[in-house]
Amino acid sequence: MQKLSEMMRARAAELLAQGAVGRVLGWRSGGLGYDPSPAFFHSAEQLPELVYNGFCAANLSKYLIKAGENDGRTLVFLKPCDTYGLNQLLSEHRIDRDKTYLLGVGCGGMLDMEKARGKGIKGVGSLEEAGGAVVFQTLYGEKSCPRSDLLLEKCIACKGGEHMAYDELLGAEETAANTGFDRFAGVNELEDMPAGERFDFWRGQLSKCIRCNACRNVCPACSCNQCVFDNARSGVSAKANADSFEENLFHIIRAYHVAGRCTDCGECSRVCPQGIPLHLLNRKLIKDINAFYGPYQAGADPDSLPPLTDYTKEDVEPGVVTTRGGATGC
Amino acid sequence: MQRIGVFVCWCGSNIAATVDVAAVVEAVRGEPGVVCAADYQYMCSEGGQSAIRKAIEEYGLSGFVVCSCSPRMHEATFRKTAAKAGLNPYMVEIANIREQCSWIHKDRQYATEKAIILTRAAVAKLNLNTPLVAGESDVIKRALVIGGGIAGIQTALDIADAGYEVDIVEKSPTIGGKMAMLDKTFPTLDCAACILTPKMVDAASHDNIKLYTYSEVDEVSGFVGNFTVKIKQKARSVNKDLCTGCGVCAEKCPSKKARSEFDQGLRNRGAIYIPFAQAIPNVPVIDRDACIHFKTGKCGLCAKVCGAGAVDFGQRDEIVTRQYGAIVVATGFRPIALDRLGEYQYAQCADVVTSLEFERLCNAAGPTKGKLVRPSNHEHPKTIVFVQCVGSRDTSGCGKEYCSKICCMYTAKHAMLVREKYPDTQVYVLYIDVRTPGKNFDEFYRRAVEEYGVHYIKGMVGKVAEKNGRLSVQASDLIANTQMTLEADMVVLAAAIEPDPTARSIGTMLTASMDTNDFFTEAHPKLRPVESPTAGVFLSGVCQGPKDIPETVAQAGAAASKVIGLLSKEKLVGNACVAGSGETLCNGCSACENVCPYGAIEYVIREVSDHGKRELRRVAQVNEAICQGCGACTVACPSGAMDLKGFTNLQILAEVDAICR
Amino acid sequence: MPIEREWEPLIVAFCCNWCSYAGADLAGTSRLNYPANVKIIRVPCSCRVNPLFILRAFQRGADGVIMAGCHPGDCHYTSGNYYARRRMTLLFSMLDYMGIESGRTRVEWISAAEGGKFAAVMNEFAGAIHELGENRRLGDIRCKNYQK
Repeated sequence: MQKLSEMMRARAAELLAQGAVGRVLGWRSGGLGYDPSPAFFHSAEQLPELVYNGFCAANLSKYLIKAGENDGRTLVFLKPCDTYGLNQLLSEHRIDRDKTYLLGVGCGGMLDMEKARGKGIKGVGSLEEAGGAVVFQTLYGEKSCPRSDLLLEKCIACKGGEHMAYDELLGAEETAANTGFDRFAGVNELEDMPAGERFDFWRGQLSKCIRCNACRNVCPACSCNQCVFDNARSGVSAKANADSFEENLFHIIRAYHVAGRCTDCGECSRVCPQGIPLHLLNRKLIKDINAFYGPYQAGADPDSLPPLTDYTKEDVEPGVVTTRGGATGC
Repeated sequence: MQRIGVFVCWCGSNIAATVDVAAVVEAVRGEPGVVCAADYQYMCSEGGQSAIRKAIEEYGLSGFVVCSCSPRMHEATFRKTAAKAGLNPYMVEIANIREQCSWIHKDRQYATEKAIILTRAAVAKLNLNTPLVAGESDVIKRALVIGGGIAGIQTALDIADAGYEVDIVEKSPTIGGKMAMLDKTFPTLDCAACILTPKMVDAASHDNIKLYTYSEVDEVSGFVGNFTVKIKQKARSVNKDLCTGCGVCAEKCPSKKARSEFDQGLRNRGAIYIPFAQAIPNVPVIDRDACIHFKTGKCGLCAKVCGAGAVDFGQRDEIVTRQYGAIVVATGFRPIALDRLGEYQYAQCADVVTSLEFERLCNAAGPTKGKLVRPSNHEHPKTIVFVQCVGSRDTSGCGKEYCSKICCMYTAKHAMLVREKYPDTQVYVLYIDVRTPGKNFDEFYRRAVEEYGVHYIKGMVGKVAEKNGRLSVQASDLIANTQMTLEADMVVLAAAIEPDPTARSIGTMLTASMDTNDFFTEAHPKLRPVESPTAGVFLSGVCQGPKDIPETVAQAGAAASKVIGLLSKEKLVGNACVAGSGETLCNGCSACENVCPYGAIEYVIREVSDHGKRELRRVAQVNEAICQGCGACTVACPSGAMDLKGFTNLQILAEVDAICR
Repeated sequence: MPIEREWEPLIVAFCCNWCSYAGADLAGTSRLNYPANVKIIRVPCSCRVNPLFILRAFQRGADGVIMAGCHPGDCHYTSGNYYARRRMTLLFSMLDYMGIESGRTRVEWISAAEGGKFAAVMNEFAGAIHELGENRRLGDIRCKNYQK
């Protein structure tokens, strides 16, 4: 991965120098190794801070909306899963393709620092990825852990290593293969519970929500100039959740607004500071859409019509929700 | 803040008997925005409307709520009242406390409570109303009539005589419909062809009428005043412009296996044929499924004997696209299939026929040249039994629940014609009731009984069976209170009539609503019988409900008058309740564009000023002339930029809040 | 209005102007009966019903919400109810997934000629909501005085 980082810096420098791109959108090292953050790099002098390692989970495509306000093209590094979000933004005309230079980079799966902490790895000063393991230099000595033990939830359910959109590829051969994990397993588990237990589960989870809006802000499908929740004339605006209804409302509406457009990038769950498993909500809608209207992956084909702006004459009736069986009752 | 007046109607006792109107008035007086409230006996009357106008002036009202019958009834009336008083007509809301309250609920307390809640909801909505102005659109001065029977022909003639262009699209090779198949018509016993053919000729030769026969409507788009229709002209395989109508091809055609549709399958016809002698246009058509040339590549005799060289085996279906301001549906009817009424043995016995087949047997141009003979052995029938209500008024599920209206009269007609021509033939009519309400109808039926000696027996038929070459009809005689068996040579079944099977697909294409029997629904069963609820679509003839020829012609004229009223307008006032996008909120995502059923939304690049920032943005733009106001775009829009005037998001939320308070 | 009363369900019905609202009118013209708990809101088409309206109704005190539209294929605006069908299916599925009783929401297709069906549906739905009891799971504690 070190080598790939170097290649990326070099290529970015080249394109900047040629004037082919006006700026570079990548990840800037945070100092502790596990905390890189999305950043713009405007000159070759800034590029040494560009880093690419196992903690660069952030999807950079949404920042292209802002970048598009400037002249010239923006170079952006995209992992395979990021390209779905990019395609979704393209099909919704939020990004001008002509103002982007897409550099697809290979990905071996991104890592979850919380998982490391859960294994007792604390006080990390720096880290290094070598072979299939991560070696942490901590206050309490050197600790090592296999990569596979630290994978992010969204990377365990990886959609595969193919970039859906790119101008150039770098290190794509380093991409890990899809592990074959059933990404609907969590959804199925919840569906099998009686309705009362499901209600309690979601109450337990959603009552943790502090309306930090991180999930909304990071989501590539959520790019409205003004969100309904920030618009006083919408009837649902609120800065904080006053009660259980508002806790539910925000997530129901958000999941609904992105239904059929959600690429299952998993960013929402990753960024939630309260650890709410939001992917279990969005994947439920994806599962339903696949079952009712045919398998659909948002962002795979920028020309496809999202399922909620489409129909067939033989669509299932809403009554299927009660008649399809599964656990019901209180 | 609005200044709202609330007017609660008694509707005589229709509302006041169940809803305490005074209590409603008192309960809503204190609602936000309400400055006056009153009740009145008949709000829609001149007295009620002038009371509203007075209140508008006295209280300086900016809008008013009428609590009354359904808005589908009188919303337009009260909009006019508002306009007359100088208010924008869209500053009016109706609370439906009759059809959806007083006529439903029996308990006075519950009904009054609900009426108050519905009124509050209407007030809450009106508080958010803004004046709306309807757009205008052009009217194309041409009408389309779908169906070329007597209904379609009469409608077309009336429209054409008023000076407008009309196209008739008829799916069979000739116009004329079912009336052309009839022998005589009640109650005057006119020869059907004699009164119909002059109209057919008029329609064909009228400068303003264009006939598209052997054609079907393929696709309809657009809206009232501006319909675009694709007509599929099926290939006749004969060139209309060259054909002289000499008929030699039909004579010489060696394939005689097809059954004649015009003669109800009672005789054969050639593969190339003219349906009947007075067909218009008098041009034959090749039934390609029956034609030897099309099936095997051989024969081609008709092309050889045609003096004018009009036969064109290579002719193909053609699509013609035309524009219309109004569309009239006149698709007509057919007798029902009798496969679920096996007790009459229709399929098994050749001598059991339907009334329409009987009509052909009596007709001088029919399969037996007008001689009434038994289909089985061509002998003269000495006893004929007519059975009424075969598949009509049927609650068993095997037929239709409605009365087919024409059968009592045409059976009496058939009975009299038989007795007149063959005085030695005994005629029995088995009936449940005899329904003869029209002008001179009852006198007609009484002639059958009193002058012509037709035996009318009140009772239903249980079974028809073949017995020794004759038919044994088992029936009840309810007046004599006995079971009886009649020995007959022929049994004629007055089969129920149902709408033509193409009606459903036409209804879907026009988005014109139909009932569960596939009859087109009218905008109002009493007050608007010839208009479909879909603007620009009108109804003529049996497609709207069973009726006889006098009624059909009357309705055809009525439909024509509505069309003429529409086409005579210079501009059509459009729909004021259209969608619109707030450019500062619009993301340019195209979700609305994808769902609009009319393609009314396009995207433009526009400079938008938002929070002090000016920038070029891709935003949605609604074409108000095309928008029909369905609101699909408003729900597809995630940011709420797209909203629907007259039914805005905030208005509906206000109604929900008021109801759930 | 009396304060001491046994709980009565509150049902909001969104009806499309061309079919189901006309069907409701026909039920009235035919003098059929259904409970006064049902209050109808007129919309131009079933596709106008935004999930926000349905959630708002539950928030403000409704115990059941039913949406009635034209039969698929007969929509006055050709395809509006097809979109409504998809949206409502996903909304109901999500609410069910979150543990909200699936019987509290329904979609029925009722034509302008089906006054009888309208009354029958409302009677049945009101009965079903009565069985389910007061809506608490999707209610807003600020908006309702819970009776029991």
